[in-house]
Amino acid sequence: MMTLKSFDNFVESDKTSTSEVSQTDVGTRTKFETRNLCFYYSSTKALHDVSIQIPKKKVTALIGPSGCGKSTFLRTLNRMNELIEGTRQTGEVLLDGVDVYQSRIDVVLLRKRIGMVFQKSTPFPKSVFDNVAYGPRVAGERSKSHLKEIVEESLKKAALWEEVKDRLKDSAMALSGGQQQRLCIARAIANSPDVLLMDEPASALDPASTARIEDLIFQLKKNYTIVIVTHNMQQAARVSNLTAFFFEGELIEFGKTKEIFTNPDKKQTEDYITGRFG
Amino acid sequence: MKKTERDFSTHLKKRHFAGRIFKSICCASTWTGIVVLVVLLVAVLWKAWGWLDWDYLSHYDSRHPENAGILAGFWGSFWLAILTTLFTVPIGVGAAVYLEEFAPNSRLTRFIQVNIANLAGVPSIVYGILGLTFFVRMFDLFQGDQDKEIEIFLILTSVKIPLPLGRTLVAGALTLSLLILPVVIVAAQEALKAVPSSLQNASLALGATRWQTVKHHIIPSAAPGILTGIILSISRAIGETAPLVMIGALTYVAFSPGDIESPVQLVTNPQGIAKAPFDTFTAMPLQIYNWVSRPKEEYRHVAAAGIVLMLVFLLAMNATAIFLRHHFKKKLQL
Repeated sequence: MMTLKSFDNFVESDKTSTSEVSQTDVGTRTKFETRNLCFYYSSTKALHDVSIQIPKKKVTALIGPSGCGKSTFLRTLNRMNELIEGTRQTGEVLLDGVDVYQSRIDVVLLRKRIGMVFQKSTPFPKSVFDNVAYGPRVAGERSKSHLKEIVEESLKKAALWEEVKDRLKDSAMALSGGQQQRLCIARAIANSPDVLLMDEPASALDPASTARIEDLIFQLKKNYTIVIVTHNMQQAARVSNLTAFFFEGELIEFGKTKEIFTNPDKKQTEDYITGRFG
Repeated sequence: MKKTERDFSTHLKKRHFAGRIFKSICCASTWTGIVVLVVLLVAVLWKAWGWLDWDYLSHYDSRHPENAGILAGFWGSFWLAILTTLFTVPIGVGAAVYLEEFAPNSRLTRFIQVNIANLAGVPSIVYGILGLTFFVRMFDLFQGDQDKEIEIFLILTSVKIPLPLGRTLVAGALTLSLLILPVVIVAAQEALKAVPSSLQNASLALGATRWQTVKHHIIPSAAPGILTGIILSISRAIGETAPLVMIGALTYVAFSPGDIESPVQLVTNPQGIAKAPFDTFTAMPLQIYNWVSRPKEEYRHVAAAGIVLMLVFLLAMNATAIFLRHHFKKKLQL
């Protein structure tokens, strides 16, 4: 349990953000919007009528106990759930106002616009350079000089450039756990996405690497909309502007992080945050 | 209290005893297999002693056992191995990739899967009959006095394909391909299944298409398993005799396919390479079988020498499979 004082210190620095974000904010400040989203794994209903508006260039944290549907929700945003057999969804998921589940949407292009970082880092068994260049390459980028630029820029943004600039041709599997996860972030950034979805990116890392990833997220939110699933409430409190609390497939509460953690509306939220369950 | 203690300890003795019996049975089974194998090997080596020399490798069959050699059989098996690999690999790996990665999970797909597994169990002579009708005689569609042929012009030479194929190496290789295709497909599928889904997810999440993911990640990752499956299947195909008998491979042969008699000629004689696949042939197992059936006692030694040669080949192929697998595994893990 964190003390209110330490929490306040962290959130104070965020007061520079100009826009007030509320539940009913629509239009140009919203990146993702879901309307009555229900999701089914075969016959099991995993998400019940989730309606949420995720704003641009802010960090939104999804918290909740294990199995509450937050990872499932994250994966509906870039249609990664379609890779699993027998899943279906009803309701709408809008990216910049456009329903991503329409048949005319090319899911490959969608996934290029939305970067994803998984819980367990999965570097490809190739060189560091080839890992980061993979996204642009499969999209059709052929120019070697351009690829070099992209790789350098992405690794710098992911705070990994200094450590690997002499080792670009070495295998990515030789990096440490924290470095591999930052490599995965660089890989996602290389596609120049608008959005970064992160599914518990630091849960498999030690505290020092976790701190670096959190710093990184703080830097990245200037340019990207970030949605992060986390089990660690302190982490949510540290890095996010807004927090959504999920429980058993339902969105219980959504609002500014500071308010959720100091003065939640629903009792369930308060119980979870203070550690009474989950 | 005392009674239960005593009961418990006798049960313990019985359990240990049962364990020891079981272990001895397993040990005996293992040793039986090894001993039988060793006895066979020693018997063959004994018979072949003094008969396997350079003359044996460089001469054709003869009516005099002292002069008999395996040259024709060697080249026949060589061409069969190459051609069979050429036919099996694209079809087998392609089918496995399609079934595993692209086919929808429908009843038709499941039906196909079940039947491929069943085809692996069909006796090889059935494939021989199939090959005879389909490849050698081509349903007798091409009848008549004149044998038709298709001519394809390449840079150094031209390739003449006879129709019907007749008792050629190509027909034999196609038949053997059919024989080992089910096994290759199943082995390749298993290798593809073993690729972790996290790798696929990472690739797809970066905006790669399904085919790009398969080409860049899944196939390279499954390559060791696929390669092993292919090599082991080919080494099985080389040992098959029944299908070759059915399609009418010759048994007394005093020439090499395409007249290529030494490895040097592979490079110097492009016309020979173009002609070889469409030549009649024999193969090592066939030649050995033929020698064993001859009345003269000395031919048993000649046959034994052939067996030793075949064993050396199979050992070399299996060793290659193990080496390649080890090499690729190391490459992928670091």
